[in-house]
Amino acid sequence: MKQTETTIRIENLSAGYDNVPIMENINFEVLKGEVFVIIGGSGCGKSTLLKHMIGLLPPISGKVMILGKNLSHSSGKEKNRILQKIGVAFQGGALFGSMTVMENIKLPLKEFTRLPDSVMDDIVHLKLKLVGLENYAFFMPSELSGGMKKRAAIARAMALDPSIIFLDEPSAGLDPVTSAELDHLVTDLSASLGITFVIITHELASIEAISDRIIMLEKTKKGIVATGTPQQLKTNKSNPYAYNFFNRIVDKGEK
Amino acid sequence: MNPLPNFTISKENHTTIICLIDRLDAKEAADLWKGITPKISPSPTRELILDLEKVTYLDTAGATFICHLKTFGKTRGYKDILIANLKPEYSTLLDLAKDISQKDFSGQIPKKLSFVEDKGKSVSDALLETKEFITYTGEIFWALVQSFLHPTKIRWADTFIIAERAGVDALPIVALISFIVGLVMAFQAAIPMQMFGAELYVSNLIGIAMVRELGPLMTAIVLAGRSASAFAAEIGTMRINEEIDALTVMGIDPVRFLIVPRVIASTFITPLLTIFSNLVGILGGALVITSMGYPIISYYNQIASFVEWNDFAGGMLKCFVFGILIATAGCIRGYQTQSGASAVGISTTRAVVTGIVLIAVFDGIFSIIYYYLGI
Repeated sequence: MKQTETTIRIENLSAGYDNVPIMENINFEVLKGEVFVIIGGSGCGKSTLLKHMIGLLPPISGKVMILGKNLSHSSGKEKNRILQKIGVAFQGGALFGSMTVMENIKLPLKEFTRLPDSVMDDIVHLKLKLVGLENYAFFMPSELSGGMKKRAAIARAMALDPSIIFLDEPSAGLDPVTSAELDHLVTDLSASLGITFVIITHELASIEAISDRIIMLEKTKKGIVATGTPQQLKTNKSNPYAYNFFNRIVDKGEK
Repeated sequence: MNPLPNFTISKENHTTIICLIDRLDAKEAADLWKGITPKISPSPTRELILDLEKVTYLDTAGATFICHLKTFGKTRGYKDILIANLKPEYSTLLDLAKDISQKDFSGQIPKKLSFVEDKGKSVSDALLETKEFITYTGEIFWALVQSFLHPTKIRWADTFIIAERAGVDALPIVALISFIVGLVMAFQAAIPMQMFGAELYVSNLIGIAMVRELGPLMTAIVLAGRSASAFAAEIGTMRINEEIDALTVMGIDPVRFLIVPRVIASTFITPLLTIFSNLVGILGGALVITSMGYPIISYYNQIASFVEWNDFAGGMLKCFVFGILIATAGCIRGYQTQSGASAVGISTTRAVVTGIVLIAVFDGIFSIIYYYLGI
């Protein structure tokens, strides 16, 4: 499914809050159908970069191009059209607590389509089956475990069949088995539906299992310090940041 | 020899030896510090040895204590301070404590603002917050206009649920407060009126006060405490749980989705609750008047002849505005929720305070306008 077509292009992005940059001069591309992973130590700006990529924060400078459209400089209906092409599963799931799982997933369908209710129900059940939650449609989010919430969030992110899904630390706080289940889910969805995944994670096992390409961010360098496949980064001793990260080496000098 | 059992101090030639015994944890270190420091006399030529041979337990507090003891020894003029008989298992912890004790962390302490800076920052924050509040108010107003131009886009199901929670569920408390206000006001007014044999005119006072002022005001204050806080808590929790971010990235406007239903519900439920409050308050007054021996029909006739439709309409107009203010204050404060465990609590408090302040200010504005309009 991997193609050479670019789905996301980040150009000279300066990312941060209130005009204070955390990262500067960020440039990279994500190709269609690939599982693209963003890694880096705590506090390096991964989540900030994600917020810029999904339009929650305006760039200090530079631009975020999603499927050829400039998300950074769009607003109103134009921005909404771009956002409907992407899905986001937040770290804690961010399911609406007052709605059932089914209503959560149905919400984007109700807002942006004119499908009959029965068709929407079937679509929701299909999405739930894809994430292995077909028996939990009428549960409230508070009744789900952490892993289930994340899977339900992925189902909601897929509601409008987006081209790109962003996952913010999908494995955080999960046991290894549930984490592996999520990894399988990502690779299955990427392979079967050709969805591009952009994932932020720390989990080495997940990174090695699912990623096609990786960028590594570094706090002190305020930007990208490594790009490549997991194998390249793991074995390339000339890049100490990535090498140390993948081989769990503590660099006391850096500390 | 020191009488305390957890250390001994001995002196040989030019050397003082402090032998620490047993456990060196936070509790023991505190006792030792009090016991040892007075015993270390100024002695510029001597050597100080801290003997740890008999130490059976050392934790971070104990290791830090030893480093501090060394520093203290230096201030007392000891030239060489040595640690003797350190068990290998304690050496890493002691090295770490030594590292820390030699570092200067003062640069990391946040700069304390001066009085002027602090007050200036408060004023600047208040201005920014007011600007943000006005911006959000504009956004809500625009979303309301858009919603009324496209009524199918209003989430009516949510609006009715919110109206039920904010309105129907508030009936008992509104009834209780209005009844008591009517009752108490009638009692208080009846005392001076009785002196002139004019108790029946208490009806006029109750009628006009409830319909024009107290009904709308009591209802609005109850709703500010009950519904504005609930709106702030709901939206604030959604903010913290990233649910609002989730809406935004779905391309759904959170103002239209969350705030518009609440503002519509509150705007329509406040006048209805006020009508109910007026009736119950008047009923409270009726209890007092009938207990004084006047028939209920006289009470009714007095009110019906004195209170005009203008008074009622003036009260209702206020309620609409109060309803908008309550919902807007609650929703905006919820929307402004920051992160942290206490954030929702702070937003809830601010919602109630903002709601009540806005109600008081606008009530004053209405009074002035009505006065000049002769209503």
